[in-house]
Amino acid sequence: MTAFFEFFVRFLPDMLKGAGVTVLLTAEGLAAGFVLGLLASLARTYGNKFWRGVAVSYIELFRGTPLLMQLFLIYYGLPGLGVTFSRELSAFLALGLNSGAYQAEYLRGSILAIGDGQMMAGRSIGMSRIKTIWHIILPQALRLAIPAWSNEPVSLLKSTAVVFLIAVPELMAKAKSIAAQTYDPIGTYLAVALVYLAMVYLLDAVLRWIERATRIPGFEMEGRKA
Amino acid sequence: MSNPILETRSLTKIYGKNIIFKDINLKVNEGETIVIIGPSGTGKSTLLRCINLLTSNEGGQVFLDGKEITAKGYNQDEVRQHIGMVFQNFLLFNHLTALDNVMIGLLKVKKMPKAQARQKAMEELKRVGLEDRADHYPGQLSGGQQQRVAIARALAMDPSVMLFDEPTSALDPELIGEVLGVMAQLARDRMTMLVVTHEMGFAREVADRIVFMEKGSVVEEGSPDDLFYHPKHDRTREFLWKITELYGKKEKKRVQKNDRLF
Ligand SMILES: Nc1ncnc2c1ncn2[C@@H]1O[C@H](COP(=O)(O)OP(=O)(O)O)[C@@H](O)[C@H]1O
Ligand SMILES: [Mg+2]
Repeated sequence: MTAFFEFFVRFLPDMLKGAGVTVLLTAEGLAAGFVLGLLASLARTYGNKFWRGVAVSYIELFRGTPLLMQLFLIYYGLPGLGVTFSRELSAFLALGLNSGAYQAEYLRGSILAIGDGQMMAGRSIGMSRIKTIWHIILPQALRLAIPAWSNEPVSLLKSTAVVFLIAVPELMAKAKSIAAQTYDPIGTYLAVALVYLAMVYLLDAVLRWIERATRIPGFEMEGRKA
Repeated sequence: MSNPILETRSLTKIYGKNIIFKDINLKVNEGETIVIIGPSGTGKSTLLRCINLLTSNEGGQVFLDGKEITAKGYNQDEVRQHIGMVFQNFLLFNHLTALDNVMIGLLKVKKMPKAQARQKAMEELKRVGLEDRADHYPGQLSGGQQQRVAIARALAMDPSVMLFDEPTSALDPELIGEVLGVMAQLARDRMTMLVVTHEMGFAREVADRIVFMEKGSVVEEGSPDDLFYHPKHDRTREFLWKITELYGKKEKKRVQKNDRLF
């Protein structure tokens, strides 16, 4: 036990460096995915046939194939078409595009749950569709989405591990080099597991705080009272 | 006096192969309260939605203040500001306080400065007796209070006409009176109103005219006295008899409780 503790402390700075990259990849992927997901969910819910088709294709394509395949397609595949991205940019694109497809579905679910009624009410006082979406539907849908959406940051954080396969120096990549250096894969991966657990724990705390802070008085998740 | 604020000419609505209503001709003069009654599924809600362009029509025209609002290229969002709408299930904006519900149209549609909008919204809440609930969210209000906020929200836009779609049918019996009371006051203030309701007490006391609709057309139209005491059609008589039987009991209970009709 003390041996493990010493091991942990010795490699902690290294692991934290990797964890920093992991957190950065998660934050970037989440942010890009949020923008994409929001646009895709709106296009799928309110768009005309063309935009619905675009949104559905995007969502199904990225939810229906492995993240690793998407990453390899971007990093190894696109250069064949004359488009070359750096490791970091490829990782960012793959994570953002992938997360966007999932976030689109979380957001779409809550937009649908808000219902046509709010749209009708907004329009009845003279708001345009866009204004109603912006001022009425989204503020409610985003709050409503939080509990289900909260899976996504945690899931994405863990998914970032795959990008070590294109040698982005995040936590898993550090783990691999520490394991190679120490010939102690058990100790290494246990230590890394602890770091992942700590990150997920903190992330969960932040998400729960957001959920509480955005609560609407009297407006419960079970739905609206008549 | 006979100055129609709202007029429909041969208004027709078709969903797929279903003719929901056909050739509806209605005239609502300034300051009048018209009550529409009729069995459920007759197209009353659809008619109101058609009038304020929340749904398309398949024929006919709607005129507001003498202008055809169903004309091609007419700015529909602009028109809706002038037609207030109150829904059966309130449809307040759940993420906004009562005051913000009333203010948001003033801010985002009328682009009124904030201080002025706030003052106007407070006045409208006062008008429906809810100034002390300004900072409550819809989820913290009773159904009756929510519906009164919804009325204030519509009134804040200074509409030419107010449409009510069964404004009390989602309410517990003891909460109906406060909403009907607000509506009766509006009628006394000469607001132009088109009201779909099953509240026969309200129809009798407040309506200038009652329109009986069945299966997508107007069967009969006239003063409350005409319809209640001298209906021209058996269908009108039968419907009124049924509805009074059905809703009269609830109403009686309420009258005993509150010592007044609404
Ligand atoms: N969006 C819609 N699509 C198809 N049919 C509809 C739609 N909305 C209403 N209807 C039909 O129109 C008819 C009239 O409905 P409605 O206007 O709600 O009647 P009422 O308000 O008089 O009870 C009903 O038969 C209903 O099924
Ligand atoms: Mg109806």
